[in-house]
Amino acid sequence: MGDPLYADGIDATVLLIVAGKVLVVFAFLMVSVLFMVWFERKVISDMQSRIGPNRAGPWGLLQTLADGIKLFFKEDLLPDQADRRIFHLAPYLSIVPAFLAFAVVPFGGTITIAGHRTHLQLADPPIGVLFLLAVSSVAVYGVMLAGWSSGSKYPLLGSVRASAQMVSYEAAMSLAIAAVVLTTGSLSTRAIVEAQEGYRWNLWVLGVVPFVVYLIAATAETNRPPFDLVEAEQELVGGFHTEYSSISFALFFLAEFMNTVTVSAIAVTLFLGGPNGPSIGFLPDLWPVVWFMGKLLIFLFVYVWFRATLPRFRYDQLMDLGWKKLIPLALYWLLLIAALRVGRDEGWNVYVILGVGVAAAAVLWAGLSAALRQGDSVKATT
Amino acid sequence: MGYLDGFRITLKQMWGERVTNEYPDEKRPKPDRFHGRHVLNRYEDGMEKCIGCELCAGVCPARCIYVRGADNPPDDPVSPGERYGFVYEINYLRCIHCDLCVEACPTEAITESKLFEFSFTDRQDAIYTKAELVVGDDGHPQKLPWEDWRPGDEERTSAWVRATAPSGSAAYEGRVGWSAELGFGVRAPEKGQTAESDRASAAKSGSRATATAAKSTSSSSRKRR
Repeated sequence: MGDPLYADGIDATVLLIVAGKVLVVFAFLMVSVLFMVWFERKVISDMQSRIGPNRAGPWGLLQTLADGIKLFFKEDLLPDQADRRIFHLAPYLSIVPAFLAFAVVPFGGTITIAGHRTHLQLADPPIGVLFLLAVSSVAVYGVMLAGWSSGSKYPLLGSVRASAQMVSYEAAMSLAIAAVVLTTGSLSTRAIVEAQEGYRWNLWVLGVVPFVVYLIAATAETNRPPFDLVEAEQELVGGFHTEYSSISFALFFLAEFMNTVTVSAIAVTLFLGGPNGPSIGFLPDLWPVVWFMGKLLIFLFVYVWFRATLPRFRYDQLMDLGWKKLIPLALYWLLLIAALRVGRDEGWNVYVILGVGVAAAAVLWAGLSAALRQGDSVKATT
Repeated sequence: MGYLDGFRITLKQMWGERVTNEYPDEKRPKPDRFHGRHVLNRYEDGMEKCIGCELCAGVCPARCIYVRGADNPPDDPVSPGERYGFVYEINYLRCIHCDLCVEACPTEAITESKLFEFSFTDRQDAIYTKAELVVGDDGHPQKLPWEDWRPGDEERTSAWVRATAPSGSAAYEGRVGWSAELGFGVRAPEKGQTAESDRASAAKSGSRATATAAKSTSSSSRKRR
């Protein structure tokens, strides 16, 4: 297990290779953000019968670059009431986790550089998935502190919404990921990808449900529409980053889109077999990267599609969906998969397990809805 | 399919028609009565039509017009009347192109062209003075270097005043109710209006047109009561 790069000790070449990989991942993320912003604007304008950016560069490809350069030259404002140090720290707390999370994503196969075999992946820690969850939780602090340190009411409201939303959906997302970890039996992202070799993708091995739960929860985690209550323009001006301008704002913007890319990359890794795919003759090292990018692109498209189609949730709808639907569903599915695993090891009859599972689902669903009805009537009387 | 219908619709839109007009590259034709930059007209003999009465400045809701009248010098009159517009300024940072000045003008001196593509880098440049507003010796508006004139922008510069001639009836018929203009002579009548020559032929073919005109006048007077 682990990257074969470190197998025969660490020397200068190994360090150089690692530095090179860091650079590649960094550059990839920056370029992917530039691309993602352009892609989103283009696709959404297609869906709205518009043309979208088409002035800067061919097909408006350089529009994001132009916007970025403009942002960097703008004045960096500091509100009077702001907590100076935290106000400046928050954007970095937001962007660093976005970079870190991508570090454990395998985006290609194993290649040979200067006589060293190495995975196309920045790091492959044995606790990869836990690292992902930890880092994505840290990202909440960026949003939270940004809103709080602005010393202004709309950012504060936005950040309170953000932290509640991210914490709620973190649970559903973790349960969906737990199902993946349960079948693979490893927390290493590389091992998860290898376990899906030969189209045994977790997407259908686990029965679509964890994937759907992950997709919804991830959309909520990245505060993308239809879960963008954090920056609901109609209610909160700009949400948590209302008071930010110039580079600090650019960093939040960058982090937001980088999170979208990262979350999609994680979805590809966990459910769609990462860089797995048929290798076609020439350049065998290239094809996994191509497959990875292709799957990533489909995900990014789906996120834009969500945004073009779905209106924003109301806050109580958001919480209802998270706590009363996604979490029970993900939890039940996790238990069902666990039961099937145990049954396979113990040699129980699969049909009996499924039957018991369906019966349990009915009972749990009845119980849950009864409890919710009870709760509603209590709410109505008080 | 309930929730999923929306996804189908947005996806279908991707291959649909685009409604965007790529503005600087392709421009839509402007409507006949488009309100753009003002023009100060002159009579056929070159005299200015403005008499410095300040009615335009008085009616202007944006207070963008500044006029100061002066007595015509007896040996070299600027306008046919007693007085003329000595100073005439329009501030285009304030003007809302409502055309009320055009309606208020008793001599059809001020009208609006269809030009709207002009910009400034300085607040002072946004104030057009009389030197820029008065039509040139050919009777056409001056095409200033920072303005983007297109063919047809000056075609019906005084259409509004013609269309709302007596009693506000757009279908006013009977005569061309405006004076001759430098470079254009007497402008052709609008749709629904009849020139003097046409009127003669219309009278020959019966008094139907006059009857309609009379009817519309009576109906509008009833409304007034």
